Amino acid sequence: MKSLRTYAILYLIFLYAPIALLPIFAFNDATIIAFPLTGFTTQWFTELPQIPALIDSVKNSLYIAVITAILSTLLGICAARAAAKYSFRFKRPIMGFIMVPLVLPEIIVAVSLLVILLQLGLSLGAWTVIMGHVLICTPFCIAILNSAFQNLDPAMEEAAIDLGETPWSTFRLVTLPLVSPAIISALLISFTISLDEFIIAFFLTGTEPTLPVYLWSQLRFPARIPVVMALGTILVAGSILLLILAEMMRRRGLRRAGLQDKGGFL
Amino acid sequence: MGAPLAILNTENKKGLALISAPLGYVIAMLAVPLAAILLISFWTQDFQTFDTTPTLNNYREAVTDPLYRELLFRSIRIAGLVTLVTVLLAFPIAYFISFHVAPSRKSLWLFLITIPFWTSYLIRVFLWKVILGFNGVLNSGLQTVGIIDEPLTFILYNANAVVITLAHAFAPFAILPIFVALEKIDRSLLEASQDLGESKLSTFFRVTLPLAMPGVVAAVLIVFIPTIGDYVTPRLVGGPDGLMIANMIQVQFLRLNNAPMGATLAVIAMLSVSLIALLFVALNRRYLRGSR
Amino acid sequence: MTALIDLKNVNKYYGDYHALRGINLEIAQGEFFSLLGPSGCGKTTLLRTIAGFEAPSDGTLHIAGADMNGVPANARPTNMVFQSYAIFPHLSVAENVGFGLRKAQMSKQEKMKSVEEALDMVGLKGFRGRAAHALSGGQRQRVALARALILKPKVLLLDEPLSALDKKLREQMQSELRRLQRQVGITFILVTHDQEEALIMSDRVAVMFEGEIAQLADPQTLYKRPVTRKVGDFIGVMNFLPATVKDAAAIDLDVAGLGAVTIAEDQAPSGITPGAAEVGIRPEMMSILFEGEPDRGQITQATIKDRAYYGDMTYYDVDIEDAPKPITISMKNMIGRPVLEVGDTARVSWDARSLVLFSA
Repeated sequence: MKSLRTYAILYLIFLYAPIALLPIFAFNDATIIAFPLTGFTTQWFTELPQIPALIDSVKNSLYIAVITAILSTLLGICAARAAAKYSFRFKRPIMGFIMVPLVLPEIIVAVSLLVILLQLGLSLGAWTVIMGHVLICTPFCIAILNSAFQNLDPAMEEAAIDLGETPWSTFRLVTLPLVSPAIISALLISFTISLDEFIIAFFLTGTEPTLPVYLWSQLRFPARIPVVMALGTILVAGSILLLILAEMMRRRGLRRAGLQDKGGFL
Repeated sequence: MGAPLAILNTENKKGLALISAPLGYVIAMLAVPLAAILLISFWTQDFQTFDTTPTLNNYREAVTDPLYRELLFRSIRIAGLVTLVTVLLAFPIAYFISFHVAPSRKSLWLFLITIPFWTSYLIRVFLWKVILGFNGVLNSGLQTVGIIDEPLTFILYNANAVVITLAHAFAPFAILPIFVALEKIDRSLLEASQDLGESKLSTFFRVTLPLAMPGVVAAVLIVFIPTIGDYVTPRLVGGPDGLMIANMIQVQFLRLNNAPMGATLAVIAMLSVSLIALLFVALNRRYLRGSR
Repeated sequence: MTALIDLKNVNKYYGDYHALRGINLEIAQGEFFSLLGPSGCGKTTLLRTIAGFEAPSDGTLHIAGADMNGVPANARPTNMVFQSYAIFPHLSVAENVGFGLRKAQMSKQEKMKSVEEALDMVGLKGFRGRAAHALSGGQRQRVALARALILKPKVLLLDEPLSALDKKLREQMQSELRRLQRQVGITFILVTHDQEEALIMSDRVAVMFEGEIAQLADPQTLYKRPVTRKVGDFIGVMNFLPATVKDAAAIDLDVAGLGAVTIAEDQAPSGITPGAAEVGIRPEMMSILFEGEPDRGQITQATIKDRAYYGDMTYYDVDIEDAPKPITISMKNMIGRPVLEVGDTARVSWDARSLVLFSA
């Protein structure tokens, strides 16, 4: 039992080791990423805003991530609601099919979308990336929203109807407030996935790269690495912040529904 | 399970109406493109134009050319190794959290484990390159401390590096399903086993492990399937001997302008994955029965 | 007098499953009515049909003279207390209670006042600011009651409202619900699987089995004169003995273990024929005869086979010659009454008036 705990801590170190290195080298004043450290600098961070291509890619990525988050959460609400409330023909195979992008290698998603888009003669750009991102984010949204909709006591909605509300006002006054923490959580998670996603963006982006695609192009130049480290530090800090927010939302939702905490995101 | 016909119909309609949006999206954005890939794999491409006469030449080439064959087998081998390592490393963690962490702290542990997964994949993979490299963090660190004189070379630009990096990247995917399966185990079953004379160790093998198998099977599938198609890791840390099928698919599509060949390789990769996954599920059928 | 609620030949099918089988039921204004039965008997389906959450497959339902066909739940003069209470966790107690007043033509002050009154009525004065998720089970139930009653429905529907409460609280709520019903004068329809609860609270009880109403009666009749063996068995404890009808007109019986006996017309179902039948008798309708106690008319010899001591009561299983199985007798423990041991012989006294005849 004690050795198991030691193992668990070692494993956490293994998990966090790469990320822990980010800030270390982001503030190190050598261009070579190696020990021993040479000195402290904030130079790499101050350089960041002076790279126009970087700023453009960040803007592009944010635009894609916001739209992806909204669309995939909307699709997720439809699916989770249908799964929780109605029984319909082929329910299980349909739900399984919608979750397929979760287990499909992303390169397959990327090339198959690329082929069809090129065949249709559509030009690549932000919207083609969004198409792909919505596809892979929706299953995550469904997974998050499913438990929220499933945890919703059907008597809650019936009670509202019984007290004179219409189905629509019931959805607005009872259902939506009760699942809103999960909706916010789904928005944040899909936003994060879209922001980080590389391979689909790599295939489907046009002349305007997303942030990961831009980063990929910079990794080839050793001189650019410290700046990438600085950027990575900011990205990781941002992701962790968003995640903590999403987790707080999820827990608040559970508390509101008066339920026991049964674990994490998936 | 029945409902009166009229109700069944309205339920059916409402449910189908609601599900049609996400379902339609997946059909349009996944099923149709996959069908297109399948179609194109029977075509040939001459520079920018497709020759749409159906042919099996691509498949013949993919099966006979040692380069493609080697890439496919290597991908399966690496993915299998990654899966093995990831699941073996993950099981004790899931077990520890489920059995030895106080209930109130469980979600904190799960949260700690999922955090690294949500941070930029690209940067995480690149950081492994930084760690494992010739002048990397590991080598420079070990040299500074004086444990080694010469940098270790067997850890970067080969399959080992790919395995380490992917085992790191897919850790939460393996831990979570195993954890869920372990959580479902009624603790009194373990006490019953010990009450019936089994030791703690034999209880683990005769009760805990069989009951956790659905989670292990899920973990294996969730790690194995996407790993086979990984592009970034082999490209960044794999070196020439660590490249995998996804890299070749990318090359065919974006460099060689040979979409049909790329499509063929994609189809073959998907078929292999599905086949191996189905085989694996079939082998573990007895564990999965009645686990719903 | 026309009934407030009138169901005529209501059927409900779920696919092949026949959940309600030709229900005919009239419930009067101001009645405390219970639907009693084991789980799966259709009592909740019937309640939800009245509420408008289920549509009958055929048959008609009138509430206060109006046909409810096609009238959705939100337009019916009924309100419901749900089994889970369905207290909206994101709203305060006052917001929960006032939920149904959203579209009412009332000023804010009037709404507030009526929420206060409703809370006062259910004994939750001063609770209006509380968060819903901070309430105890009993308090949730009171909020659910206040929320439904504030709309002054013609019928209040209660779906097993007490099943989630512990025994003590349940008993307290039973008398409170009864008091509340008398106070507001609204028709209450209670669904329960607890026969004791139904007997204690109701003016009339409908016992349901497999989608049908087996017996509809006031509690005393239900207990004393169950119409079928199944009803007698479901409500309280009953001993059953094989019997033969000797004379159907005079109702002369030969009961195994008890011998020849004649019963009155109200103790037998209508249309009995000579031949095999069954007789039921409650444990407290028989007694073991102790020194100096008056007998109940008939006396039979018995041997104590088993006994269970309950403190205030002792339950004996006694063997009687010719009876195919032991008969259970309950005796109040009191001064001068010893607790008998297994193997003791005893004289069992009973009254022919307490027998109930069931056709086989």
